[in-house]
Amino acid sequence: MKTKLEVRNLCYSYHTLEGETQALLNISFDVRDGEFFAVVGPSGCGKSTLLSLLCGIIGPEEGSILVDGIPRQESHAAIGYMLQRDHLFEWRSILSNVALGLEIQNRYDEEAKKELLKMLDTYGLSRFQNARPGQLSGGMRQRAALIRTLALKPDILLLDEPFSALDYQTRLEVCDDISTIIRTQNKTAVLITHDLSEAISVADRVLVLSSRPARVKSIMEVSFGPEFDRPLARRNAPEFSAYFNELWKELKTDE
Amino acid sequence: MDGLSMSQQEFLAKEKLHKKQVSICRVMILVLLLALWELCARLHIIDSFIFSSPVRIWNCFLEMAGDGSIFLHIGVTLFETLVSFFLVIAAGVLAAIALWGSRSLSEILEPYLVMLNSLPKSALAPLLIVWMGNNMRTIIVAAVSVAVFGSILTLHTGFMQTDPDKIRLIQSLGGTKRDVLTKVLIPSSVPLIISNMKVNVGLCLVGVIIGEFLSAKAGLGYLIIYASQVFPCEYILTETHRAFKGSGSILPPKHP
Repeated sequence: MKTKLEVRNLCYSYHTLEGETQALLNISFDVRDGEFFAVVGPSGCGKSTLLSLLCGIIGPEEGSILVDGIPRQESHAAIGYMLQRDHLFEWRSILSNVALGLEIQNRYDEEAKKELLKMLDTYGLSRFQNARPGQLSGGMRQRAALIRTLALKPDILLLDEPFSALDYQTRLEVCDDISTIIRTQNKTAVLITHDLSEAISVADRVLVLSSRPARVKSIMEVSFGPEFDRPLARRNAPEFSAYFNELWKELKTDE
Repeated sequence: MDGLSMSQQEFLAKEKLHKKQVSICRVMILVLLLALWELCARLHIIDSFIFSSPVRIWNCFLEMAGDGSIFLHIGVTLFETLVSFFLVIAAGVLAAIALWGSRSLSEILEPYLVMLNSLPKSALAPLLIVWMGNNMRTIIVAAVSVAVFGSILTLHTGFMQTDPDKIRLIQSLGGTKRDVLTKVLIPSSVPLIISNMKVNVGLCLVGVIIGEFLSAKAGLGYLIIYASQVFPCEYILTETHRAFKGSGSILPPKHP
């Protein structure tokens, strides 16, 4: 399978007047095309920094990020970023919220609007296109946020704990929902989470980061039989707890 | 009403009674205060010449309304207040956006803004007359100077508290600082700007009155200063008149 994203010897530090904090130390990994890649690590280890780097909001201090073999800064590949909270704007309708990215990139025309309406319809939000975000449930809001991200037709999706703000039941449902959407669209996705079972239930491979400064501890392949294709089904698979224990051990051991 | 349960009906009736009581008490307080004032003045418990009385004020108002002069003064003050109010809002929002846009600029100007804001503007007003003459422009500048610096500081503080994650969202969608401004900052600051407007309209009125105290030919401030300057004269005249008329003068005769 083709490599979509290459990360090589990535280092990043935060600078304040009090001193320098190393967030990432020599991170290297590859993400294959169409793969669902999860990154887990202890809280505060620099997971979100990694996503900001992949997204291009900040530039690397050392090392390189290649998308399809082209450096991130020069690449025109669209990268979609889903944040922890949906950040739907209360002063915009749902339709106008999901159009935000297109609007910013000056690509919002009649055709794009038609496509958005179709997407809203596919994901069961067409009734709410003129509603305000406050009228939607947590799960629906997260789905709207996903449509906002998908509207830009990203090659790679970055997910920064997109379910962590939801209550547990909604979280399972939305996780199932959204990862299925991403899989059917055959997108490459990088999910950051601190929830091990979430990582196992959605990912093809799981990368374990150490505590700050983050280094790559290991990368674990996760594979389930074809009958366990959805995250909720995976949780019932017999291998699930074995993967969980392995990941847990990996996270706990200090090198 | 038959769809509602007994307890719900009781609750609604109670709420209605409560609301009624509140509005009755509100009106009662005003009426009682006015009545007490009038009564004290009539019974000479307070000197109605100094404290006036509601009836006198009402008559005075009618008199001024009769020749239309009160409306001229109110109109002038209202106009000046509105002009300075819009100037303050425009200048405040624009300056706060500029400060938000440049960290260096905001850090450079911050001590000046705090200083200008704490400056007693009423002390500045006489200077303004010297600089700009005895006209409406002076009054508007005085009013703007009262409100604008506080407005800039408040709006800037509010702008700086924009959710950093919302800014990240715009950046992740490929937006620039301008997109952050138009898509997040301004829409999310509407409640802040409105609450700032509420404060400013009062401050502008204060500023206009201060300006009119010092340089005006019309307006409520002018009226107040006119009345307070004429008042002691009348007071003295009346007192003197009484002193002459009464055999037991309150002033000891200077010439024997």
